[in-house]
Amino acid sequence: MFNGNVALKTEVNRLNSHTDLNDFRQQILDSYDPDRPEILVCHGTGCIANGSVELTQALKKACQTMGVDAKIMPGIKSTGCQGLCSKGPLVHIKPHGLFYQRVKAKNAEEIIQKTIIENKPVKHLLYKDPQTGELFHKEEDIPFYKKQKRYVLKNIGKIDPTRIEDKIAVGGYQALAKALTTMTPEQVVEQITKSGLRGRGGAGFPTGRKWQGALKAIEKKGRPVYVVVNGDEGDPGAFMDCAIMEGDPHAVLEGLILGAYALGAEMGYLYIRAEYPIAIKHLQIAMEQAKAYGLLGENILGSDFCFNAQINRGAGAFVCGESTALFTSIEGKAGNPRPKYVRSVEEGLWGRPTVLNNVETWANVPMIVENGADWYANIGVPKSTGTKVFCLVGKVNNVGLVEVPMGTPLAEIVENIGGGLPGGAPFKAVQTGGPSGGCIPYHLKDLPVDFDSLTKAGAMMGSGAMIVMDDRDCVVDVARYFLRFLEEESCGKCLPCRLGLSRMREILDNFSHGCGEEKDIDDLMGLAQAIQDGALCALGSSAPNPCLTTIKFFKDEYIAHVRDQKCPAGVCKDLITYSIDPEACTGCMSCSRQCPQGCISGEKKKPHAIDESACIRCGICMETCKFKAVIVR
Amino acid sequence: MITFNINDTEVQAEPGWTVLETARQYEIEIPTLCYHEAVSSSGACRLCMVELKDGSWSKLVASCIYPVAEGINVYTETERVKNVRRWVFEMLLAQCPASGEIKQLAAKHGVESTRFSIKDPDEECMVCGLCTRACEEIVGLSAISMVDRGVHKKIGAPFSRPTEVCVACGCCVTICPTGAMRSRIDAVRGIPKITLTPLAV
Amino acid sequence: MSDQADIIEEIMGRYPGKPEYLIFLLQDVQADCGYISPEAMNLISEHACVPITQAYSVATFYQSFRLEPKGEHEVRVCLGTACHLKGGQRIVEELERKLNISAGDTTEDMMFTLNSVNCVGACALSPVILVDGKYETNITANKIEKILKQINNEHAGYSEGGTNV
Repeated sequence: MFNGNVALKTEVNRLNSHTDLNDFRQQILDSYDPDRPEILVCHGTGCIANGSVELTQALKKACQTMGVDAKIMPGIKSTGCQGLCSKGPLVHIKPHGLFYQRVKAKNAEEIIQKTIIENKPVKHLLYKDPQTGELFHKEEDIPFYKKQKRYVLKNIGKIDPTRIEDKIAVGGYQALAKALTTMTPEQVVEQITKSGLRGRGGAGFPTGRKWQGALKAIEKKGRPVYVVVNGDEGDPGAFMDCAIMEGDPHAVLEGLILGAYALGAEMGYLYIRAEYPIAIKHLQIAMEQAKAYGLLGENILGSDFCFNAQINRGAGAFVCGESTALFTSIEGKAGNPRPKYVRSVEEGLWGRPTVLNNVETWANVPMIVENGADWYANIGVPKSTGTKVFCLVGKVNNVGLVEVPMGTPLAEIVENIGGGLPGGAPFKAVQTGGPSGGCIPYHLKDLPVDFDSLTKAGAMMGSGAMIVMDDRDCVVDVARYFLRFLEEESCGKCLPCRLGLSRMREILDNFSHGCGEEKDIDDLMGLAQAIQDGALCALGSSAPNPCLTTIKFFKDEYIAHVRDQKCPAGVCKDLITYSIDPEACTGCMSCSRQCPQGCISGEKKKPHAIDESACIRCGICMETCKFKAVIVR
Repeated sequence: MITFNINDTEVQAEPGWTVLETARQYEIEIPTLCYHEAVSSSGACRLCMVELKDGSWSKLVASCIYPVAEGINVYTETERVKNVRRWVFEMLLAQCPASGEIKQLAAKHGVESTRFSIKDPDEECMVCGLCTRACEEIVGLSAISMVDRGVHKKIGAPFSRPTEVCVACGCCVTICPTGAMRSRIDAVRGIPKITLTPLAV
Repeated sequence: MSDQADIIEEIMGRYPGKPEYLIFLLQDVQADCGYISPEAMNLISEHACVPITQAYSVATFYQSFRLEPKGEHEVRVCLGTACHLKGGQRIVEELERKLNISAGDTTEDMMFTLNSVNCVGACALSPVILVDGKYETNITANKIEKILKQINNEHAGYSEGGTNV
């Protein structure tokens, strides 16, 4: 169906029992020589953008030219996201356990010579603590990794996601084999329920209860029932589902197959965002391989259980992350949410009982089945069990993929794992939950990050974006940003969402232009209430959250915009002026050359000045200046 | 029969009815624009929102699509309901200033002016999609559909060109709750090439 | 045109004629032809057994579909949250000035199409733009100038190299 043809190179033997799987696993493990080095290069989106593809080629070439090709096994591996995106490209070398960061293609020969041939670390590629200057050799010692608890991300960055053998070697499909041989479908549902797992997509609905709801609907309506993966991760600033699908596609697939077994589904769908071509490719490969080994398709692992799955590529619509819009999209229509007061477990895809779970939720399922509900329920806090993967981005030193137990305090994530802000200042706010979430101010830094605590603070877990903001980020601007985003991404069907979000954004536009009034803040809140109450789907009803939480926690900043016509963060163009500090200006002329308006004048080596009347406040001068001489007020 | 309450008065409904259908049966006023009994409901205009209450729990639902259930308590004129209605009317007055129908209904519910700026003084269409549903479900043709999304959503024929699919039956004009289709139908069917000679008297 | 008809014929052969494959068909046509022409849309909607209105509705609803041919080079500016905070909007404005078009449009000589995109997941390297699918990271006004210059030079090179007869 899908036009990325991936054929297995060699014929494989179907695995027809748990014993077959175990024998095969042993065979793979036996073929590994623990003394032969293995080079793992991160191929997460961030590292690819930083040049890891070129790096891999350079490493391959260096191995050949330096005659160590045969020593490395089984070649250089491209892995999923290793996590510390801001220090990419990342390279991990086994068995030394060495962790290299900011590796460029030009470092390839040095790595082969020093580490592979001489067994020594390349010192300048090791991670250096920015505060203490301490060098770290191994990933597990670096504070960023040391303070995390990686369960979902356990294999990501350690295996080649395009090789099912790598996955089987680390215990892949053991949960499926266990369920098929020792558990009834009801027992699987019971384990998921008892584990306390809640949906990782946003609202945190208990997964077990969803599955039970589907079973009840099946009792009434019979089968077919469908299982669906929601991989339409559209929150700007969030890429954890992308990383999971790219880095450990079999975890998602095994979870889905387990769900299908538990519910008696014969068909499943993976709806993946179009902007994630690598995720689509890796899942496609994973499905082909699983099919070839008899882990997907007819008579899975020699049992009577048959299950097939198909990938649907999204076509660019944030609203398709909403369950009913996602179903309409799979059915081939425009992704408008359905106007129905029926739960999708009863009436989902093609009107049939359907269980839709997010990528991360499905990826949690195998470890629950394998280790048991009690083991899982011990991780995290009582009402939010397990871990959560976050994307830590924005004004923070260690931008990357972070997994912590639910209930971890916010400050622990931002300051200890994230390494704080550049320059060491405290954060101003952390935006969680993307366009549906809210801003948590610094004074709530000890807030435990779990579903209920975040909701109570007016924010939302969302899918897990965590955007750190500092005092140069304007809350009015951020609220405006999310509203503009949703205005474009709204399906446009119901009036409160289509018209209301635009009107809210217009009011905020006025604020940022300095022509708002204090009573407009009350209007904003009244209109927000009408949208929350009146919108058709969750996109609309949660859309006012970023605006409401910023009003709640940063009302002063709103007042500054409307009463004093000032933007304290120096962001809103109409409320700021750029000027040049004559003391700091060296007269290098780079700003005057870059100014699109040509409104910066001054002689060489003498302080420059900006003609305010012609300035369009594009900020290019400030960005260009190496001497911090451009000031914004 | 299903028994429940609207504004603390007991009402009865057939299974499968919506709250709105029941309210209409009992002549309880709930404003609507995008609803028409001849086509499926889409819950787009949200003017028909009502509040469900059960002790301290309460929730707003669109009455045109909310199925009746035994023992529910429905309120049609609470503060939260009126808040949604007022804002929607105000936004509609600014969005479709040329529609007399909208003005009339808004005035009936106490909204006579809007705090929002008017973008296009000639606009009448609120993009509720009643016309497209009529064309698809009653006429069976789908000559027009929803185009684009979000704030850009509009009604039209493919590629904004007159379409041969349209038979100029006028169903969409008749069903349009704001009067917008009157001036739009020519863009869909194309302006007839020949003018008919009026019969001599 | 007949080339395109052949391509579309081939694409239609990949999928059964059912409404649920409409989006697959549109995606494949877009991938192979660069955009979806009215003729292509007619053929697809017939094959998928849906009215042309539904195909048009779907094609205009989803952001990834184009109904007009795009320029030879596509510049996409990421406006995800991280990129926004680090000045993504300024990057769009700078490109609009440099290319003299608005976001979403194509230059008259069909050289550049400028688009914005919601988040490409490279937040650590923000602001990010994609030039013909290749990531350009930590973008500044300076870098934009270099990138555009490079593309323009390549083209000047080609035409000098002599497609001229």
